[in-house]
This record gives sequence, structure tokens and C-alpha cells, in this order.
Amino acid sequence: MSYIQNTDADRKEMLERIGVSSFDELLEPIPEALRMKGSFDLEAPLAEAAVAALFRELAAKNRPASAHASFLGGGIYDRYTPALVRYVTSRSEFYTSYTPYQAEVSQGTLQAIYEYQSLICRITGMDVANASMYDGATALAEAMLMAGGIKGSARVLVPRTLSPRYRAVLGCYAAARGITLEEIPYTKDGTLDCARVESALKEKTAAVILAQPNYFGLVEPARELAGLVHRAGALLVACVDPVSCAILAPPGEYGADIAVGEGQSLGLPQSYGGPLLGFMATKNEFVRRMPGRLISGTVDLDGKRGYVMTLQTREQHIRREKATSNICSNEALCALAAAVYLTTLGEQGFREVAAQSYAKSHTLYVLLAKTKGCRLPFGGHFFQEFVLELPVSAADFLKAARVRGILGGIPLGAAFPELGDRAVLVAVTEKRTKGEIELYRDLAAGKGAAR
Amino acid sequence: MSQTVFEKSKPGRRGYLIPENDCPAGAIDLPGMRTTPLGLPEMGEQDIVRHYVELASKNYHVDKGIYPLGSCTMKYNPLVNEEIARLDGFTGLHPAQDDADAQGALELIWRLERALCEVTGMAAFTLQPAAGAHGELTGIMLARAYFNDRGEKRSVVLIPDSAHGTNPASVAICGFTPKTIASNDRGLIDPKMLESEITDETAVLMLTLPNTLGLFERDIAEIVRIVHAKGSLVYMDGANMNALLGIMRPGDVGIDLMHVNLHKTFSTPHGGGGPGAGPVGVAKHLVEFLPVPRVVEEKGSFRLSPDRAKSIGSVHPYLGNFNVFVKAYAYIRTLGAPGLREVAENAILNANYLCERLRTSYDLKYPGPCMHEFVLSARNLKRFGIRATDVVKRLLDYGLHAPTVYFPLIVEEALMIEPVETESKETLDHFADVLETIAEEAEKSPEKLHEAPLTTPVRRLDEAVAARCPDLCCPGDLE
Repeated sequence: MSYIQNTDADRKEMLERIGVSSFDELLEPIPEALRMKGSFDLEAPLAEAAVAALFRELAAKNRPASAHASFLGGGIYDRYTPALVRYVTSRSEFYTSYTPYQAEVSQGTLQAIYEYQSLICRITGMDVANASMYDGATALAEAMLMAGGIKGSARVLVPRTLSPRYRAVLGCYAAARGITLEEIPYTKDGTLDCARVESALKEKTAAVILAQPNYFGLVEPARELAGLVHRAGALLVACVDPVSCAILAPPGEYGADIAVGEGQSLGLPQSYGGPLLGFMATKNEFVRRMPGRLISGTVDLDGKRGYVMTLQTREQHIRREKATSNICSNEALCALAAAVYLTTLGEQGFREVAAQSYAKSHTLYVLLAKTKGCRLPFGGHFFQEFVLELPVSAADFLKAARVRGILGGIPLGAAFPELGDRAVLVAVTEKRTKGEIELYRDLAAGKGAAR
Repeated sequence: MSQTVFEKSKPGRRGYLIPENDCPAGAIDLPGMRTTPLGLPEMGEQDIVRHYVELASKNYHVDKGIYPLGSCTMKYNPLVNEEIARLDGFTGLHPAQDDADAQGALELIWRLERALCEVTGMAAFTLQPAAGAHGELTGIMLARAYFNDRGEKRSVVLIPDSAHGTNPASVAICGFTPKTIASNDRGLIDPKMLESEITDETAVLMLTLPNTLGLFERDIAEIVRIVHAKGSLVYMDGANMNALLGIMRPGDVGIDLMHVNLHKTFSTPHGGGGPGAGPVGVAKHLVEFLPVPRVVEEKGSFRLSPDRAKSIGSVHPYLGNFNVFVKAYAYIRTLGAPGLREVAENAILNANYLCERLRTSYDLKYPGPCMHEFVLSARNLKRFGIRATDVVKRLLDYGLHAPTVYFPLIVEEALMIEPVETESKETLDHFADVLETIAEEAEKSPEKLHEAPLTTPVRRLDEAVAARCPDLCCPGDLE
């Protein structure tokens, strides 16, 4: 099945109209020697029902986090998603359209993305947000490039408490662009070492990156850092968890120059880490340095309100090599999902998600603090995620917990050898129940192991 | 005009309740707390549904009608693929899960990589890039790593003047200098011209095949030979791969690096501007530089292999847009070898047929045969005071979508049309009839074109006002 509707009769008629006697004549520009002789060595075509069966089989080979009590986080979280989000993103008016090049027949997408930009501004407290980036990590990499361009400097300070996955992506972009990344260590309480930032800022620096909360889940001293960074004439790039912004001061409040982050928490499935949603917001003064699409309100010929893509002279299709970025397709449908999620949860619902995540993670934290053999190395100033040092190796614990239907967290030993092989990163979202949390505690205590 | 969700908001309305907290909830005590309300809208579920249904009604989309944007390959998005991709076994996986729990996903990635190798003739693929432009960037990073590894300093990337804007932009991010090479009078790269432009400084020739005029580079074998003779690499932008399926394989002609767009050639939906996926394929000598982690297979089981000494690192925090892979792989399994070849044949047939139908009403600067698309010019209507914009705005009034306009830059008043293989002859005929009518209207009643569109949710929008005083964020009333 190739979804083609031309019949043999159609093809014959069309070839006649073109004025060729066979299809092969249309291949004349492709030299004979370059044409494939045989056909692809691929599995035989399948009918719809057979494809569906094959993929159900593949899906069944996975044991998804969603079928467990998942305490996995590190940037991707298991959260409640209203049915409304899937309803809207499953409508073909949205998912089978493309970039709104013809604004008059794309007002649905344009207004939805305008609302998305506005919602991101409200969460982050920033002036202006773009229409989306691929994911949090590449959004941060683009913010790094943007800051480098604004400041004319190729040096950026990166905290060791930034997600190791994000550090890897930043490293890749930095190497390509010739940017020097300097790592800022963390102090014994797990937050970035401000004294080290201060001394590192004596050298000309484009930007300092802040992860809020940091990879260990801890709240960083954002305001203090912002002061240090701005006094040194550098830019503060805040990489924030959007849900945390319901509780913590948003980047706009402490003066971040660029705010980015991962929007998966805003109604997107975990999907093995993609598609995701990178969001990016900045101050008005930097809007023309920003990468990505921007949707603006305007009026039509009759004075009626409408929306268009704007400031396109920043973009690759106009500016080519002088563009602020190469980004073209972004994650528009994911941005739509986030807009629907935030609108559906609303002010109260969104705050409740953050508050419950805080309450439940702290419930587990308190239980573990009283559990013999467990150590919590970094203290309690965290949002919904914390580092736990187990009495046994993380690998053994996670294996045993999995048998009981618990995904116990992300082992930290590989990315942070200094934390040892008994350390795990534990995330507790609003979705976890008291029973699951208590079972977790029991497993950490060495009780209730595999039956 | 639709009110925004902020205007529709009324304090006290709720759209969703999360289950009650069954854990102790004391006061939140953290340093640096938020002191202001968020200012999120408050609406009931029904009105939110109506809001988005109303917005949906203002969108043109593939399920409504032909969407002939050139180089965008707006083909039909099979429904079964959407259904499959929603399976919890795929959407519910966390990327930090143990490989043992993700065997189906890893197998799918591994199989899709192999299928793409077979389709393109490349030695290996990475699926990390989240879009075509991201793929280009990855490809240029790979080229950079390759030359660094060889201890060669090369700074220039040659790009034909018909290239997508993403090409020079991707090159610039990696610190290379893009240098434009002019197309010849047939719209193609001239090997002689290339020979005079290429130097020891040239790292890469970045070309699009078929090119954005919809033409196959007849001299591709000679072009590749010239580039390789200088020790440089050939990058192929595979955005237009749809025309080549089962007909020729880039790897067989010596392409070193390329990307394909799963959201174009492999039928995954465009989502209003994403998510897509832009996997990058490489020839043997570049495999060791591919991003990590890689999926490896051992005796029928699959695992992630994190380290490779010469890898460029990671261009995505995880493995790429996995859910898009599910749909693309389903498409490949549905079509198989014969289906993919049919795609290319019908894409080429549809484009040539439509081109033939329209070449008398509009100018055709570069005659074919074309491949998947063709570029007309509306310059013949200039004498009536009509521009390409007017033509396409009038198309909207007829309930059809516009082609890409004013691109490629080397065609004046360009109308870049890619009909795709899934459109029927009847649809193509209707589209051609309407464009012919519009060409007649341009002469007889040009005001119809100037005023168009009149039947759309809004009329032509003031882009100058938006650029001068951008309104990018709905003002809040809570501050």
C-alpha cells in the first residue's frame, strides 16, 4: 500500500499529456549508470492490519515507565495529561498543516502559537518567547550561541550541576562554534559555587548558565548569581523547569537575560525522549537576536485582528548565513500541546501540580531521612527531585525495585563519579501516590524486596 | 477574530482537576519563591474545546486539500501510523530506562537506521537530529570532525545559489565560510565552474538533490569526482529525496554525508511546523564520528553504546524524535521496496504532468523533465500589475493552498510547486484549472487578485506593522 491514487489509466493519460511514451523518458536527466538496477532489499510490504500487529508487538517488547510507579526524572517527567491535550493535537487541522507561510489560512496555528508564546512569558516572567525550539538542551545551546553573539565573546560558564545530557549537547555545539566552556563545580550542599563563578568572571565572559532547579533538584541562589553575572557585564542564561516556576521565582523576576527549558512536562508524553519542546524567552532588548519563529499580532486590510510570523529578517530563509540560527522546522505541535495543557490546568491547576510534586517529593525525602542506611547528601532545598545515597549499589536497588513495579530513579555514578555508585536521582511528581512512596521507602530500607 | 484564552478567562473556572493529594502537605519552604501570580487563563473544559475547534477551523491542512509547498513534500499522513505511534509501549517510555525495558524501541531505531541505509546507500545513520536543518548542522559538525582528525584546516563550504537558506545558516554556525556558486543557465551546477571555485580550503560541497528547481544534477558523478579529487566532502541535502526512492541511491554515487526528512519523504506529519526528524547518513569513512549513543545489536538484543573516541558527541539530549521514528518506520514497512519506488514514480509523474498543464499560463525558466517539483514564474503577469503573491492569495480564495513563493531566489516571481505522489489526477487537474483561471483573471480583472483573499478568516495582514512594533505576547491584566 503506497497511498497512491493514480490508476494505470491515469498514468497513461498523464504521460500522453506530458508527451512521452513511457515513464522512463522522464528519468532522462538521471544518467543510466546511476540508476538502481534492482530494488531495495527491504521486508515485503504489509497491509494496514499487519503493520498494526507488528508495531503492537514491538511496543509490547517495551516495559514503559508509564506502566510502573516511575521515580525517573532528570528532565523528563511522568505527569498527568488532560485528555483535552491529545484531543487537540490529534486534530488534523493542526497536525497535518505546516509552518504558517500563508497566514490567511493558518490563523488557527498562528493564534495558538501566539497564545503559547504569551503563556511561556507568563510562566517565566520574561518579555518575549519564541514559537519553540527542538528541546531544552538545544534551546540552551542556541541561547549560548545567542549570548556569544550579543557579547562578542566565546567564553561561557557552565555549572557541573547542569544535566549531563545538556552538557553533552552544549559541548558539541561549543566545539563546532569555537566556544570555550568552563565548568563551575558545586559546593558540598550540591549547588553551584558562587565564589568560583565570581573569580571566573574576572575574565571576559559572554554568559553564565544557571540550571534552576539544578540537576540534583536543588534550588540555586538565582538572585545572588544574577547580581554577580550582571556586575561582570555578562548575560545570565537560565535553564528552568517550567513547573517549578509556579513555586520558585521565575527567571524574569531575578533578571535572567535569556530563559530556556524543556517543556515536556507541559502535556507531552515521555516518548523515550522525543519529540520534546524547547522553550526560549528573552528580554525585549534582545528580541532581534533571538533564534526561531516569532508570531505577532497585527491587523488585516479591514482592520481585523490577525496573526503573522514576524521579524523574519532574523531567519535563515531571508538572512542565510547571517541568520541568528539555522532553525526552520521547530516543535510547533508540541508547543500547541503545551498551550492546551497550560490553558486546561489554568492558574489553580498548574500551581497544584507544582505544589503536589513538592509535597510528595518532600514526603518521600522525610521518610528516607528516617530510613536506616539511606543518606541524603544535599539537604532539603529542592523542588521535586533529590539525590539519594542508598545502602547498596544503585544498580542492585533499581533492579530489585523494578521487580516490584517501581522505577527507582536515575543512577548518578556514571555522570558524577564523585557521588559514588550508590547515588540515585529520585523524582516525585504529582502522579505518585502515598502507597507508591511508602513502597519506595520500604525498598530503600531493604524491606519488601522481590517476592 | 477569535478572542484569546486570556480574554476568555474568568476567575474561578477550572478545566481539569488532578487527584487530591494523599500525602502530607505543609507550607512550601524554599529560598527565592515566586511572589506573583502566573496569570494563566481560567476556563472550563467545554469552552477550551470550543476555543481550539474554532482555531482549527481557521487552518488549511493536508486532510483538507492539496498543499503544494515546494520542497516541503506535503504528502498524505497515514492514519494507522498515528494510531500506532500512540501506543503506550512507545509514548510511555522514559529515556533513562534500562535498555532491557526498551528493547522494542531500540530495535525499532536499529531497524529504521538500517532501512534508511538501504534506501540511500549510505553506510550508517544517526537519528538524533530533530529536523532537517538540525541534520545539516550535524552533517557539517561531522565534516569538521573528519578534517580535524586528519589535521586539515579547511574553512570553506561551497553552496549553489539555489540552496535552501538553512544550508548557509547551518554552515555558519560551525564556523565555516559559505561560498555561493552560481547555477548555470540550465539551473544546474556546472562542473567547470565548480572546478574553478574549489580549492584546498574547500571542506564541503553542499548540494540539494534533486535541487530546489526540481532538477536532477545531471553531472552529479563528475561533480563528486571533482570534489573528492580535492580531498573535500559532498553533503547532500536530502529534503527532496522523495523523487529518488528506488531510482537512484546517493551513497552509490559517492555522497559522503546527507540528511533525509522523515516528515517529508517518510510521511510523518508536519505538525504545523514540527516536530519532524532529520536523520543523517554517512559513508564509511565518517561512521566513527557519528553522534553517541549508538544503538548496537548483539544476538538479537539491543543496547545503547555510549562512547566512541572520535564521536562529535550528542546533538540531542536523548535519541532524537523517537515518536516520529515510529511513524516513519511504519510507513517503510507498509510500502516496502515496490511501494517506495511507486512513490518516486508518481511524485515525478504528478510534477511533470502539472508542469505541462501550467507552462503555457506561467513562465517556465528551466524546462524539465523535472523530478518531484518545478518552479514557475509569474513574471509574465507583471505587465498586468500582478505579482506571485497576488496569484497565490487568489488561490486561497478558491479554497486551495499556495505553492512556495519567491524561492528559489534565482527565479523571479517564483512559484515553487511540489504536488506529491498521493494527490490524484483529478486534484491536479482542478489545481491546474484554477491556476489557469487566475492567469486569465490577471489580465481581465486584476483587481480580483489584488484584493484577494476575500473568503479567508482574515484578509491580507499587515506584516510591516508587526515588524515595526511586534506584538509577541498578550498583555497581562494581573500584573
